[in-house]
This record gives sequence, C-alpha cells and structure tokens, in this order.
Amino acid sequence: MTEAAVDHLDPNWRNSRAEPESFAFDAESEAQITKILARYPEAKKASAVIPLLYVAQKQMGRQTGSAWVPRIAMEKVGERLDMAPIRVFEVASFYFMFNTKPIGRFHLQVCGTTPCMLRGSDDVLRACKDAGHLKGYGDTSEDGLFTLTEVECLGACVNAPILQVDDDYYEDLDYDRTVQLIEALKRGERPAPGSTIGRQTSAPEGGPLTLLDVPMLEERGGN
Amino acid sequence: MALQDKDRIFTNLYGVQHWGLQAAQKRGNWDGTAGLIAKGRDWIIEEVKQSGLRGRGGAGFPTGLKWSFMPKSNPDGRPSYLVVNSDESEPGTCKDRDILRHDPHTLIEGCLIAAVAMNASAGYIYVRGEYYNEHLILQAAIDEAYAAGLLGKNAAGSGYDFDLYVHRGAGAYICGEETALIESLEGKKGMPRLKPPFPAAVGLYGCPTTVNNVETIAVVPTILRRGAGWFAGFGRPKNAGTKIFCIQGHVNKPCNVEEEMSIPLRELIERHAGGVRGGWDNLLCVIPGGSSTPLLPKHICDDVLMDFDALREHKSGLGTAGVIVMDKSTDLIRAIARLSKFYKHESCGQCTPCREGMGWVSRMMDRMVEGRAEIDEIDVLEDVTRRIEGHTICALADGGVWPVQGLIRHFRPMMEERIAEYKRNHAARVFPMAAE
Repeated sequence: MTEAAVDHLDPNWRNSRAEPESFAFDAESEAQITKILARYPEAKKASAVIPLLYVAQKQMGRQTGSAWVPRIAMEKVGERLDMAPIRVFEVASFYFMFNTKPIGRFHLQVCGTTPCMLRGSDDVLRACKDAGHLKGYGDTSEDGLFTLTEVECLGACVNAPILQVDDDYYEDLDYDRTVQLIEALKRGERPAPGSTIGRQTSAPEGGPLTLLDVPMLEERGGN
Repeated sequence: MALQDKDRIFTNLYGVQHWGLQAAQKRGNWDGTAGLIAKGRDWIIEEVKQSGLRGRGGAGFPTGLKWSFMPKSNPDGRPSYLVVNSDESEPGTCKDRDILRHDPHTLIEGCLIAAVAMNASAGYIYVRGEYYNEHLILQAAIDEAYAAGLLGKNAAGSGYDFDLYVHRGAGAYICGEETALIESLEGKKGMPRLKPPFPAAVGLYGCPTTVNNVETIAVVPTILRRGAGWFAGFGRPKNAGTKIFCIQGHVNKPCNVEEEMSIPLRELIERHAGGVRGGWDNLLCVIPGGSSTPLLPKHICDDVLMDFDALREHKSGLGTAGVIVMDKSTDLIRAIARLSKFYKHESCGQCTPCREGMGWVSRMMDRMVEGRAEIDEIDVLEDVTRRIEGHTICALADGGVWPVQGLIRHFRPMMEERIAEYKRNHAARVFPMAAE
C-alpha cells in the first residue's frame, strides 16, 4: 500500500509522519494576511485562499526550512476565511505549487516542456541529479537540501532552458552552469536570478537589435 | 519594411530602463490620461474598434466589440469588474512576463482606461503563480500609481474611481481559460464554467466581467494617444497592429520582439532571432503561435505571414505568437509527445473526453515515439483526437489534440518510418494495445 493510502486510512492523520501538532500564523504572516484580505469584498474572502496558502507555505519555509503546507495549516486557512476544510484541501491539492508533503530546503523545478526540451532541459535534469545527488523527479536528497520536481512550461521560453529554484528563474542554462548553480547553493550562496550567460533579459544574445533609438516623450514633444 | 522604434509600444521591453513610474512617464506612459478618459466610454470603445485590435491572448476576438458587451449601467447594484489574464502558461509564450516586469505602467494605465470603457469599479490582474518576482514588481508599480493619485479615488484626475489589485495563481494552465480564471479568483479549483451565461453578464462574484489578456490592455493607451488609424496602419486588414513575438527553439538568438503584424515568418526569424540554427534549409517545422497551434512544415514557413488569417488558412493559428522553431535534428514525434504530456498534466479533470483523452493520447504518443505501434494505429489516434475535439466545456482539449493532428497531417511518413524501424529491430509482430 502506498504511503498516501496509509495516510488516508489513518484516523489520526495529524500524528502521521511529518504533520506538525499545531500551526499558528506568526506576526509576519499576520501582516501579510491583513493586506491580502483588503483586496477582496468581505463577503467574498474565500478569494484569499490561494494567497493564504502561500503565506502558510512561506511561513513553514521560514520556520522549518521546508516550504510546505501541512493539513493543519489548511484548516487554519479555512477558519480564517469561513471555508469548510474540504474546500481548502481541494484547492491545495488542485494547484501544483502547493507542496502537500515536506520538501528540501531548495526546490529545484526543471521545466521539461517542449520549448525547454528543445534547448537542452535533459541536460539540466541530468545536472540536477548529478550535483544534487537526486535519483529523479520527486526525490529529496538525503541531506535534505534539494527536492527535484518537473514543472510544466514556466513561461520564459526565449531564455530556455530554465531551472526555477524556489521563486527564482535561472535561465539560458546548460549542464555545467546548472552544476555551478547547485554547487553555489550548497555553499550557502544565492546567485542572482536571470540569464546565466549575461543576456539582457529577453533580448537576443549580444544585445538588443531593436529599441536602440526610442525618443523620450520630451524629445518628441508629446505623444 | 520592419517596424521602426518610434512605432513600438513597449519601449522598455528588455528592461534596459527602469520599470518605475518616473521612467515610465518619460517614455510617455500616463501622458494626458484624464483627457482620454474625458472623451468618454463610447469614444474609447469606438477608437479601439476602429484600431482593429484583436485579443492578444490567443483567440483573437475583437477587443472593442468585447468591451461593448458590458452593461452601460448597473441598475441592480452589481458592480462590473475588469479582470486581466496574466496566467501566461501556453508553452512558448513569455511576452506578458516582459510587460509585467519591465513596462508595468503600460498595463496599469490600460486597466484604468479599459475600466472606464466598461464601467468597472475594480480590476484584478491574475498573474501566474510562477511569476513571483514579476508580481512583486507589478505590485510595486501599482503602489506607486496609488501614491501618485493615478489609481483609487479620482484616478489620474479623471473624476473616475478605480481600484486595481494583483492576484497570484498557483500553477494551473487551465486558469488561463477565462471562466476557470474567474473560478480560481473566487477561491475555487480552476474548472471552466459552461457558457452562456458569458462573463459579461455573469462573471466574477456573479457580476458583469470582462477578461482581457495583458498585452491587449497594455496597448490601448498608446492606441488612444496616437489614434486608431496609426495602429490599424500596421499589418493586413483585420490583422491590425503591432505584436510581441516570442522566437525560440532552434534559432541562433532566441528573443522577444515587438513587430508589425503580418510580417513574414522567415523575415521575423532571420531579422530578429539570428536565423535558424544551421541555416534556413536546416528548418524542419515551426509551431507558430504557442503549443496549441498545429505545426507548419518548412515549405509553408518559406512564405507564410504571421497573422490570424494567414495562419488559419494553413490550419494553424497566430495564438499567442510563441514561435517554436525546430531544426532537422529534432525528434519531432518526441517534441509533440511532450506537448501531449503537458495537456494531460494540465487537464482539470472536469470533462471526460479531456480527462481520459489527454492521458490516452499522451500514452499513445509515447508509443509513437518508440515506434511500438501498428501503422493503422495512427488512424486510430487521429480518429480519437477528432472525437475529443469540440466535446468539452473549454478549449484545453482542442488545444491538446491539435498538435497531434498537425503532426499526423504533415509528418505521417516520419511516424510510419519510426514504426517500421521498430519492427525491423523487434522481429515479433507488435500487437495493437491501444493505450493501456
């Protein structure tokens, strides 16, 4: 029987494996929640469920080094938004970006969709496995540093292939530069996100070929 | 004649300058916004109609017409909403990302003007969850706009009150479908709604709502300032304007670029992206408008124009203008199979033909990659895609089967050869096994 199935059968799932005994939003999270709730009509505050799940996930990351959403945190989100727990569970499990199990300190998310595949995402995956000591997708390294996930198109295709580390995109990668990135993470460094070959964002390599002569408003005397 | 810099709308596309308000105003954003708004809702909608602007999110619906569906007044007390679709998840598409992070004020100003045109009191910009850093910049730009009086009460001195919020999704392609996006924004699973009722009648929180793509909204202020005729002057009739193209895959220098609509595909690739790797003759095929649009083999790419109608003539589409270039080294069957896997992963599971079909097609395509199939299974595959297409609530399944149909239409001999090769290497007959 799979672990998930065992969990499902366990009436005391709160005690199972990694589930924490309790969860409460800390001061930093509460400040974010106040801002978030102000965006939606009071009667429609269920709209805040995705933002609040993010708040819970980030807080877990801050407190435990593993950014995931335990079920008890989902219940707290439900209480805050007057939602039945099941409504929160189904949102948390429908959307791909919520980790419903503990993950490593760094979340290595390899884009494997065709645009990245054409530019060498297989090499990025291989580099993640080699340098991060990971067996494959879904694996967490024994030292708890890395979890490897395959994600679908990250929407940065002209800078393919992409590796997303937590919230940051590292672009224009190849095998060697991916290994270097992972080694840097191991050393506690956090290289600047973006192109790893020094490109100006989405401009062609070597520098922009357009937008070289854009007159400013003042120069052209009005639009 | 390629588009000149003076006619480009997104003058900070590459983020060479700062995204902030001060720099944006120097580039011409927020110039005389109150004056444009003073000309009134009808004038704005008419200008947008005259400009020929069609939605930039993939479907290409005329924007002015869409806005005109919104109620002129709200007698039952329901507010109207503007929702901006920045879920940008169509494989091959990364244009809105640049607007969010480098030119956010084009979008924010566009939101205010669009809100006036549709009598919306509030707007939500739904940004895909993965665009974390981009959403921070957008939020900072909105904060700046509030501080400068460009949003909120009497926005930009126009006498109109308008609030604008950012909402981040959490990794679901389906939320780019407008009714799924609305569901998601309401705090539910992103499962598309049946239409009708259309969002213009019953949308967010049951209120009249229009959902527009980021690029569609962001080009509007410039259109109004420079005139509908200026915008309509680019591209062929009914395919007007400028457009951000995302050129990627096997080109020498992948990039985003704003170009004139109806530019020849070959010119687009060679002028801006350094040409196909290994030269034009090394081209195998191009997916012209994001993953959902069927591929075009080289002989069509030689002279096809990049606009809605020209690509439709070749049974493909402009979609989001994500141009995925593949050279002759590509394992094309694998490339398309990977797209099938994408759609399987992203099906919301609501409609049976999609939930079951995307998985079936994906498993079938995996066998086609190996060649572990019978020739007539290509026909079975084609037949099943036709039974999926058009039989679901939203267009995800259509987009999921079109790439496969395009592959079979143009590269069937390649699939047959793969099967023959497998048979040569595996003496025993391979029995049909559908896709277990």
